[in-house]
Order: sequence, then structure tokens, then C-alpha cells
Amino acid sequence: MKALLDWFDHRTGARKLLHEALFENIPGGARWRYVWGSMLTFAFSVQVITGLLLWTSYNPSSTTAWESVYYIQHELWGGWFLRGVHHYTAQFMTLLLVLHLMQVVIDGAYKAPREMNFWFGLILFKLVLALSLTGYLLPWDQKGFWATKVATNIAGITPVIGPSLQKLIIGGTDYGHQTLSRFFALHAGILPLLIGLLIVGHIYLFRRHGITAKQPLRKRDAAFWPDQVLKDGVACLALMAAVLFLVIRTRGGELGAPADPTEPFSAARPEWYFLFLFQLLKYFPGTTEIIGAIILPGLAATVVFLMPFIARWRLGHTFNVCFLFMLLGIAGLLTGLALRQDGRDPLFLASEKDAEAQAQRVVELAQSPTGIPPTGAVNLLRNDPLTQGPKIFAKNCASCHRYGGHDGLGHEPTDPPSAPDLKGIGTRAWISGFLDPQKIVSSNYFGGSRHKDGKMAGFVQKKVSQYSNEQRDQLTKVIAALSAEANLESQKELDARESGLIEDGRKWLRSELGCTDCHQFRVKDEDATAPDLTGYGSKDWLVRFISNPAHPDFYGKKNDRMPRYADDGVLTEAQISMVADWLRGEWFRPLAER
Amino acid sequence: MSTMPHPPPDDNRRDFFKKTSAIVAGGILAAAPPLAGVPMILDPLRRKSDAGAFVRVAALAALPNDGVPRKFAVLADRRDAWNKFPRTPVGAVYLRRTPEGRIEALNVVCPHAGCFIDFLAAKPGYFCPCHNSAFALDGSIADAKSPSARGMDSLEVEVRNETEIWVRYQNFEAGKKEKIPLA
Repeated sequence: MKALLDWFDHRTGARKLLHEALFENIPGGARWRYVWGSMLTFAFSVQVITGLLLWTSYNPSSTTAWESVYYIQHELWGGWFLRGVHHYTAQFMTLLLVLHLMQVVIDGAYKAPREMNFWFGLILFKLVLALSLTGYLLPWDQKGFWATKVATNIAGITPVIGPSLQKLIIGGTDYGHQTLSRFFALHAGILPLLIGLLIVGHIYLFRRHGITAKQPLRKRDAAFWPDQVLKDGVACLALMAAVLFLVIRTRGGELGAPADPTEPFSAARPEWYFLFLFQLLKYFPGTTEIIGAIILPGLAATVVFLMPFIARWRLGHTFNVCFLFMLLGIAGLLTGLALRQDGRDPLFLASEKDAEAQAQRVVELAQSPTGIPPTGAVNLLRNDPLTQGPKIFAKNCASCHRYGGHDGLGHEPTDPPSAPDLKGIGTRAWISGFLDPQKIVSSNYFGGSRHKDGKMAGFVQKKVSQYSNEQRDQLTKVIAALSAEANLESQKELDARESGLIEDGRKWLRSELGCTDCHQFRVKDEDATAPDLTGYGSKDWLVRFISNPAHPDFYGKKNDRMPRYADDGVLTEAQISMVADWLRGEWFRPLAER
Repeated sequence: MSTMPHPPPDDNRRDFFKKTSAIVAGGILAAAPPLAGVPMILDPLRRKSDAGAFVRVAALAALPNDGVPRKFAVLADRRDAWNKFPRTPVGAVYLRRTPEGRIEALNVVCPHAGCFIDFLAAKPGYFCPCHNSAFALDGSIADAKSPSARGMDSLEVEVRNETEIWVRYQNFEAGKKEKIPLA
């Protein structure tokens, strides 16, 4: 063994190298305050390793980025764990950078002859922030997409070169495949390479001038090995434990709904360590934005850069320390303000909740038997009745109709309802209410519309209220029969079980109760004056009704204010189909829910 | 650069403890990050191929009676990592009517190294352009010097509804004498 080591050493000089690396003198002995640099180096290597591993499954394009991250997070074995480690180590790196900078400034390690090394450190700081910024976009979720849009637009207001710079960064005028490719090249290639080279330079310069020992020296000098190595190791283990704790507690990094430039996203915020810059922008309205976005941060960075020179003055070092604390204080204050304002903003909170719901929903859809189409997961939400139905309803229907008393999204419109509440349309309960003399002219049904004085309301109020027990029994069967026309998934079993009763109901509907005096039912009737009851409440019936309620099959000339949504081009066929599915309560449900 | 000689001997025992601890810590720190990714890297090993089901390949009428093989694309639902592609081309087969009137299906993939085998009408026979494996019309090895260890992979065929040709589409491990389905 010894011979082999000698052979190796003779050819590489490894022993001398190792000796030099380990037996660096530390005046005053090992101390905990020197661990930050090693922790950062460790954190960076964790990022390089986990990043390369993530790369084996990540795919940067606007139809595959979110999808591949979803695959890592939800399908691949331990993918969530790996991604979580990468995500949280990145957060800690920012924190460690600040601590390292503080230690260097407080201990005066930036002063001559260590200026160059200080600047290396500052450049590294910026590069790591750039790493965070580019990494934030890569999952191509709503949060990353909108936050990056803001960041690149800020780059765009840089005087003279701004617009070109922005175009170069995002690879065109629109955000898409090229933006992701460029950000990925920066994030996984160019930036880490630069950081790696600079770290080598940083450590070389650090060794050249030696450690800046904290005065007064408390113990006798010691070598880097083993005292400081052990302290560094323990600190890195603590970092690892903190990362693991967060990863396991949150089950890895967050993944929002896929980026969608057509979906508003009021929950867009940068990562927490950029929140102070985000907050600062709020104080610079209109064209003064450049002051908050570029000039002030630029000035602060310049002062920090000049610290080695400022320190030459008598009170320079004190000024530097105070300035740094002031900067951190302001950043902390702005971060606090940003968090407090968001915490009290109902719009933000609602939007955050909505974002969470969408993030969860898209995963359900991605795991459904249809899976993610080649056009990307963004289409899953765009074509999902549960996601789009309420939005379409709130925008187009809720000025007259309600859904369980609200506008579909949970808000109560200011104007009272002037058309039926459509929650549960076609169900037995809904139809029973409609045929209830007490309820038909309530605001849940015809109360707010012209139909409250129509024949149907009159029939229910005058005739149905006088029904004998036998007729009531017939009516129950008619309700079941009519409800069966809707062919609702939720009533499928009930309808199958009571097929006899439904058959009776159909009979009564045509005869005794006289529905077919005005309505058509399963037989063409040119003289019908009221909506067709064939397939009443079914998907097809609803779609046709919403498309054109004034069609002779429905209200004809008696249509009360309801727009012809398809025929007048207000809604597309797909939108009408989604709102119909949603009203019928039919959307994909994961197995656990069914 | 200032370096120091080894520490004085009276600290030896404490030093040993520190050194051991530092080495253990360093070992954990070096091993943990790569380990975090091991399960994800190994994930493909636990995934099974969903091939092996019967697929409708062609109409019976589309296959002439002349006994000459024709190439048909195989369309099937395909899952590619996160994407699902409904009815998309997943491969191809040669179909031919034998003189006895049976229908034979051969996978176009060469059992030697996986290239796409050509059908040469002039010969007639199959020929793999990569390493010159030659196969007879029925898929058996036509040349003793053929690099392929086995003949072309035949696939099960069913005629359904008297008009449709269905094939049990599968791929097999390349380079082996036995026909082992890829799982």
C-alpha cells in the first residue's frame, strides 16, 4: 500500500498538495466565525451535484419544462426529494452569502491587501443571485413565469441598452422555448462555470493572504486540519440537517400551475430574498421606477464595492460596518413590509389560495387516464370544466344567474339575481324546487325574470298547489323521469335502480299532468310553445340552450334577456361545453374522491 | 503561504478524536448529495413496457395476395415519460400472405443490433443495411455468415371480424439467440 502511495505521490505531488491544503495556519486557532466560506463551497457543490442529477430528467421548453418537473416531482422515484434538496439549498445559499459578507466586513477582511478577493466575493454574490433568478423560471409555473417577466422587464428599463438586453435575455419579444433554453444554459452551464472559476480564484487569493484572524487572538495558532475542518464539517452537517428538515416537511419544492400568459396571476411574487427590491419598486411610481429598480440598488452596490477604499479613512471601517447593517436593516424592513401588506391583502390571499387549488388540480388532471397531451399541461387546465366553468359563469352568466347563491367563484354580485340559480340543474332536487308552488317564483327560480308571470309559474302556483295525493305521487314520478333525461353521472345509479318509476313518470308527463300541452317530449310537436323536455338538462340540451335560448326548441320569442351565446359569438363551443359540464357537476375526479 | 508543522504530541489523543470526526463528517458530506439522486436515476428499472398488446395494424384488404411482404406502421397509445400520445406510430411490421394463405408478421427491427431491416423485392428477401444480416422471406437467417444470432422476430397475428389484421406488437432483446421480450 505504502509503495503504491509513494508511486502515486512521486507522479502527482499529491502529499505536498494535501499538506498545503490542510496545514494552513490559523492565527488564534479554529473559530466558528470562519465557517461561512466552507459552507458556501459545500452548498455550491450540493447544487452542482443535485443540479446535474435533475438535469437527467429536466427538459427546457415551454411545452415540456413544467411537464418534466411534474414528472420529477410526482412520478419519479425520490424526484421530489432531489428537487427539494436543490430548492432549499439554493435558499440557504443566499442566506449564507449575506452571513459571509457580514463576517468579512465586520472582521475587516476586505481591507488591503485583500481588495481583489473582496471583489471576487462580490461578483460571486451577484452570480449566485443570477443563479437563483434563472432557476426560478425553469419549472415554467405561473409563479416563476410572472416573476421572471417582471425581472426581465426591469432589465428592459435600463437606459439605452435596456430593450435590446431584454430581447437577448428572453431570446425574442415573447417568452417561450428560447427563454427557457437561454435561462437553462445560463443556470446550468455558464453561471456555474463562472462561479466555479471564481471560487478557485477566491480560495487562491484567500490562501495567498491568509485568514484575517479576529482580534484579540484567544488561543494559540492552529492548523486548518483538523480543528477548523471539524468545525466546518459540523456547520455543513447542520446545513444539511436544516435542508433535509425543510424538504421532508414540505415534501420538496413547490410547483405551481403551468405558466399561462392568458391567465391572470395576482399571486406573482419573487423569491423571498428579492422581496425587498419588489417592495422598493412600489415607492417609485411611473417613470421614476428606474430609481428604485436600478439607481438605488446600483448605488448601494457601488458603495459596497468601494469599501476597501473607504476603509483607508480613519472612520472608514466603522462607516462600512454601519452602512452594511443599514442596508440589511432596510432590506429586512422592506421584506417585512412586503409580507405584511400581502398578508393583509384579501386579493392576494384569495389569489394565492386559487393558485394552490390550480396547482393541485393540474396534478390531478396530469395523473388522470388522459394524461398530459403533447401540447402541454397548460391545456389540461384550459379544458377543465372544474377550472374554467366557474370563471366563464362568473363573467357571462352571473349578472342574472347564481350558482348556489354566488357567482360561481364564491363572490356575491351586487345586483340581486334575475334568473334561476343553476346549481344542481337537472337533478331531482332542483326540478322538485322548480315545481314547488312556494319556490317557483322565488329568486332561486323564476322570481327575478319575466317568466314569473308566465304560464309555467301560473300552472305550478294554481294547479300544482291544488294537487291531490295521487297527483302528487304522479308528480314525483314525473320529476324522476324529467331528471333522468339529464343523464347525470351523479344520478346514474339511482336512475338505473328506479327505471320502472321513471317509465311511469314519462307516461304521466305525456298524459295526466299535461306537460306536453305546451312542451315537446320525445315526439316532434310543431305547436309546442315552451322548451323541449327531450333530454332536459342533458349535456347536449344545455349546450344547445346556452348557444341559442331563443331557438324555437326553447323559449323562442318568449326568451327573457338571455343572450344567444354561440350564435352571437359571445362564447366558443368549447367554453359552452365546459360551463355545461360544470353546471352538471361533471368533471374529472381522482379515484380517491370518487 | 504559511504552513505549520504537525501539532505537539501531548494533544495526540484529542487530535485523533477530532481527525476521526472530521473524516466521518467529510465522508457524510461527500456522499449525501449524490445519494439524494440515486433513486431517481434508478427509476427506469422499475418501469415496465406497456407493449405486448394486440394492435390493429391493417385492413385485410390492404394486403395483396402475391405473397410479397408489405410494410405497415403500428399505431398504439404511447406513454413517453410525462406525455400520453393517443394512437401514435410506435413501430412497423412486415406483413405477408404465405402460400398456404396464412398471414405472417415480422418486426422490422433487426434482432442483431436494432437497425431497420429493408425488404429487397429484387432478391426477394430481407437485408439489414447496418451489418449486412440477410433473412429469407419467412424471416429465417438466409446467410450462414449473417451477424444476427437469430432470425427476424415473428409476431402473433389474428384476423378479427374477417376484415382486420391484428398483431401482438412487441420488441425483443437484441443480439441474443433466444427471443426475449423487452419488459
